[in-house]
Amino acid sequence: MNAQNQRLPGGGRIDRSHPIEFSFDGRKLAGYRGDTLASALLANGVTLVGRSFKYHRPRGILSAGPEEPNALVTLGSGGRREPNLPATTLELGDGMVVETQNRWPSLAFDVQSLNGLFGPFLSAGFYYKTFMGPTRRAWMFYEHFIRKAAGLGRAGTDPDPARYEVRHAFADVAIIGSGPAGLSAARAAAAAGARVALIEQDFLLGGQLLAERSDGIAAAWLNEVEAELKGLETVTLMKRTSAFGVYDGNVLGLAAQREPLDTRSTGEARQTVTMLRAHSVVFATGAIERPMVFSNNDRPGVMLASAARTYLNRFAVLPGKKIIVAAANDAAWRTAFDLAEAGAEVTVADLRAAPPPALAAEAGRLGVAVRTATRIVDLRGGHAVRRATLSGPGGQSETACDLVCMSGGWSPTVHLTSHLGIKPRYRDDIDGFVPGIFPASWSGAGAMMGAYATADTIEDGHRAGIEAASFCGKSAPVSAPPKLDLGETVTAPLRDVPSAHRGKAFVDFQMDVTTKDIELAHREGYESVEHLKRYTTLGMGTDQGKTSNFAALAAMAGLRGATVPETGTTTFRPPFTPVAIGALAGRATGHHFKPFRRTPMHDWHQANGADMLEVGLWMRPWFYRQSGADVNEAYVAEMRTVRQAAGLMDISTLGKIDVQGPDAAIFLDRVYANGFAKLPVGRARYGVMLRDDGIVFDDGTTTRLAESRFFMTTSTAKAADVLSRLEFLLDTAWPDLRVAVTSVSDEWAAMSIAGPQSRAILAAEFPSLDVSDAALPHMGLLEGEWEGRALRILRLSYSGERAYELYVGATAGAQLWNRLLEAGDPFGLKPYGVEALGALRVEKGHVAGPEIDGRTTLDDLGLGRIAGKRSGFVGDVLRRRPALLAPARERLVGLECIEDGKRLRGGAILFLPGEKAHGHGRGRVTSVTFSPERGHYVGLALLAGDMAAEGNEVVAVYPMKAETVRARIVAPVFLDPQGERLHG
Amino acid sequence: MLRIECPCCGPRDHDEFRYGGDASVTRPAHDDPDPEAWYAYVYVRKNPAGLHREFWQHVIGCRQWLVVERDTRNHVISSVAFARTSQA
Repeated sequence: MNAQNQRLPGGGRIDRSHPIEFSFDGRKLAGYRGDTLASALLANGVTLVGRSFKYHRPRGILSAGPEEPNALVTLGSGGRREPNLPATTLELGDGMVVETQNRWPSLAFDVQSLNGLFGPFLSAGFYYKTFMGPTRRAWMFYEHFIRKAAGLGRAGTDPDPARYEVRHAFADVAIIGSGPAGLSAARAAAAAGARVALIEQDFLLGGQLLAERSDGIAAAWLNEVEAELKGLETVTLMKRTSAFGVYDGNVLGLAAQREPLDTRSTGEARQTVTMLRAHSVVFATGAIERPMVFSNNDRPGVMLASAARTYLNRFAVLPGKKIIVAAANDAAWRTAFDLAEAGAEVTVADLRAAPPPALAAEAGRLGVAVRTATRIVDLRGGHAVRRATLSGPGGQSETACDLVCMSGGWSPTVHLTSHLGIKPRYRDDIDGFVPGIFPASWSGAGAMMGAYATADTIEDGHRAGIEAASFCGKSAPVSAPPKLDLGETVTAPLRDVPSAHRGKAFVDFQMDVTTKDIELAHREGYESVEHLKRYTTLGMGTDQGKTSNFAALAAMAGLRGATVPETGTTTFRPPFTPVAIGALAGRATGHHFKPFRRTPMHDWHQANGADMLEVGLWMRPWFYRQSGADVNEAYVAEMRTVRQAAGLMDISTLGKIDVQGPDAAIFLDRVYANGFAKLPVGRARYGVMLRDDGIVFDDGTTTRLAESRFFMTTSTAKAADVLSRLEFLLDTAWPDLRVAVTSVSDEWAAMSIAGPQSRAILAAEFPSLDVSDAALPHMGLLEGEWEGRALRILRLSYSGERAYELYVGATAGAQLWNRLLEAGDPFGLKPYGVEALGALRVEKGHVAGPEIDGRTTLDDLGLGRIAGKRSGFVGDVLRRRPALLAPARERLVGLECIEDGKRLRGGAILFLPGEKAHGHGRGRVTSVTFSPERGHYVGLALLAGDMAAEGNEVVAVYPMKAETVRARIVAPVFLDPQGERLHG
Repeated sequence: MLRIECPCCGPRDHDEFRYGGDASVTRPAHDDPDPEAWYAYVYVRKNPAGLHREFWQHVIGCRQWLVVERDTRNHVISSVAFARTSQA
């Protein structure tokens, strides 16, 4: 095991009493609890951590936070394998297995780093220009190889065994970020009386305060405020929780990581997504330091200045011994001072000609060399920096170094505030973008609003906390926050001008976008930042360009001779940090992906050999194994049973609506295309509803139970839509009608008994009820009781046979089902499934879902007669539009297969005999079945009206199976056109 | 996520609701035979950038149809009322 050579003997916020072992590309390394993977690697002297996306260049650790573009690793193996995790936010856990990415055969020797030599060819747009040029086919061929060469980590292919959760939470004030501003805001909002959720992506509170010395006044301030917040029941501290999205209604999407393996409780979800609804939101998201752009600025050993300071003070890691700090502002000098105090040899190269004298004095005291008006123009070193070329007033010179800390200024972290479309605005004095105008329920505080000195951010957070609480109506008096003055100077920064001396100068490290790519984009006319982004892929990595955005804008602004605000920013969208798809799904996977609806007879079907079919959310019996070996054999057998004896079918899934009120009949007269006002009590009627545009909406039967009470059934699929539509009409169009509609779908179990023996079976089971044809004629209703439960028997037929629908209280459904099967056994009664149901109705020529497909009218379906000369019903006027009456419109016909041994298929396209089978044809087959009555396949089809003369032949083409079959057009009724069977 | 303040049930997520389209169009009387009036009601929409009156039904709740006034530019909901009473 390696010693942690770069670790300092004392200090830091690590727990030295808890050593942790982990594996990095097979090497066993050690760190401490409180480390991130990045800090532990640096402590072990590991600087080469990954290979870049396109050029496979060696990369190290740039940052100490979620903005990390370079140090992406893969964690775990098998189904738990997770790629592209920033080492800078990965909390170190015992036994962690980490792999580097995008390298082969090894990280130190990567074959494809040769891409770097071909770099001049691999500029923006190269692949598309080169491989897509001559033919589309070329791209199809090359794409596979290109995609394999470029890229980041690989996801696992095994199912992910981890558990994820989605939960919902509420707060008065949500505060994003727990730096000095966020802590101060949380303190103030809680004191004012608000329920506060403080959201922190890190596993420690403190934000930028964690970069300060762990034994100084900043640490004391942090401890005091943290202790105060922990003592409050109204404050929820959400650590390890990243706010990835801000949505309408102040809904925040939060993703929480669990603690690393060695400390977490067992069974905890790997990631938890919380949808937090807050009355007001305080954004205290801080700022992200900008890299400088110069040749080879991507070499391992080049780090953001604030990150170096964090590694030093928080993790007690000295990441270099001979260090150059490239500065453009005052903040970077504090890194130089801390590193010098820790024993490093430090040179500050400040772009500015005259940095504040106080800084120069402090540098002198600490022995830090200072070079003003000086910048780095180039670096040497492969897997680690060795020398830097500095360019200043005295010309260029080379300096040996093992770490370069750079600070091109700060960019406020405005990403989340832009998710709802609020454009950031440019502020000249800080040379950066701050958020635009907020809605009343939002506040911003601290560095994200451009306040960079710690004392100011605390004041600002305090104000924001009071404001946010007051928006929620909480305004108890609040004491002033504890003071913290770190003595920072904040003078105007100087913008770093990108330079490329010799070799690539990277703007976007993760997507390998260089200054040359931006120049090329400009030259080719992709000047708008949105075009620039898409042409060069700038900012399109997993880091969303957190470190590259401003430098790219500045570069493009320079090329266009425009200002940064004129050039504009790209749009930031969720997620701010990557979220596991599994976490968004939570437990809604596999069996729980959607709810299953089960009828009261479900268990019986399962226990008695039913193959179940999903119909919407419902589980319905498809066919029964007792009827045949497969569905084709079974459904034909089940059809024969219905036609020759009797069959029992579970129809509990039908939508059932109770319609009541003095105006119920008038209401139904308006919603159905056919009339219901004159329907006698105790009788049922088939009805068809149209949409406002005249297209058929749904069909079903409605029974008049009493003068002002009806029992409506709808198709299974449209049950919810029909109810909602009826409610819409009553609430918005005809509020004067005294009618109430209520869903009773789940209150009734329903079953249909069909076949010539059905009446005899009912008579046997219900000896006390008169089920004679005189008492219960076709379309009649019989109400009674069975075992103390309400029972309704409706004589309706879907199959064309004598048939009855039985409705009984849902909890008695299974019992009645069983009893009917027992009573029916001597008569040959057997259950049948939806496949046979569908086949029976096709034989009888009834339309269903495949024909009522949202495009057909009453006339198309041959149902025009039911509306007759009525008017005043929904859809009546627009169904008469000329286009809907055109004679050539497709209309319903029957088809008979006239080729022996062949079959029709639903979805087949119809052509005229001799016509080339090409295009959309003359129509299509909608439903088919083998007809035991006819001895061959029959079907329903929608066919152009001018081709639809009965007796003509058509050709049904099914390209999926390369089938062609001849069929004859017939009337769409294949059985008992006179309806003798259903009457007895 | 839109949060809709149902006058019956209180503020709820929009996934408890069903969208019902433009509430600013006037539905012709049920027996109005004028195709133009029905055409306008079914098909003609203003699609404003700004305030939009629209129907929502609280389907997983009180099942009332509501008229919601929403700014299409920023999804800010300025009023919610029962459709039954706000139509008159």
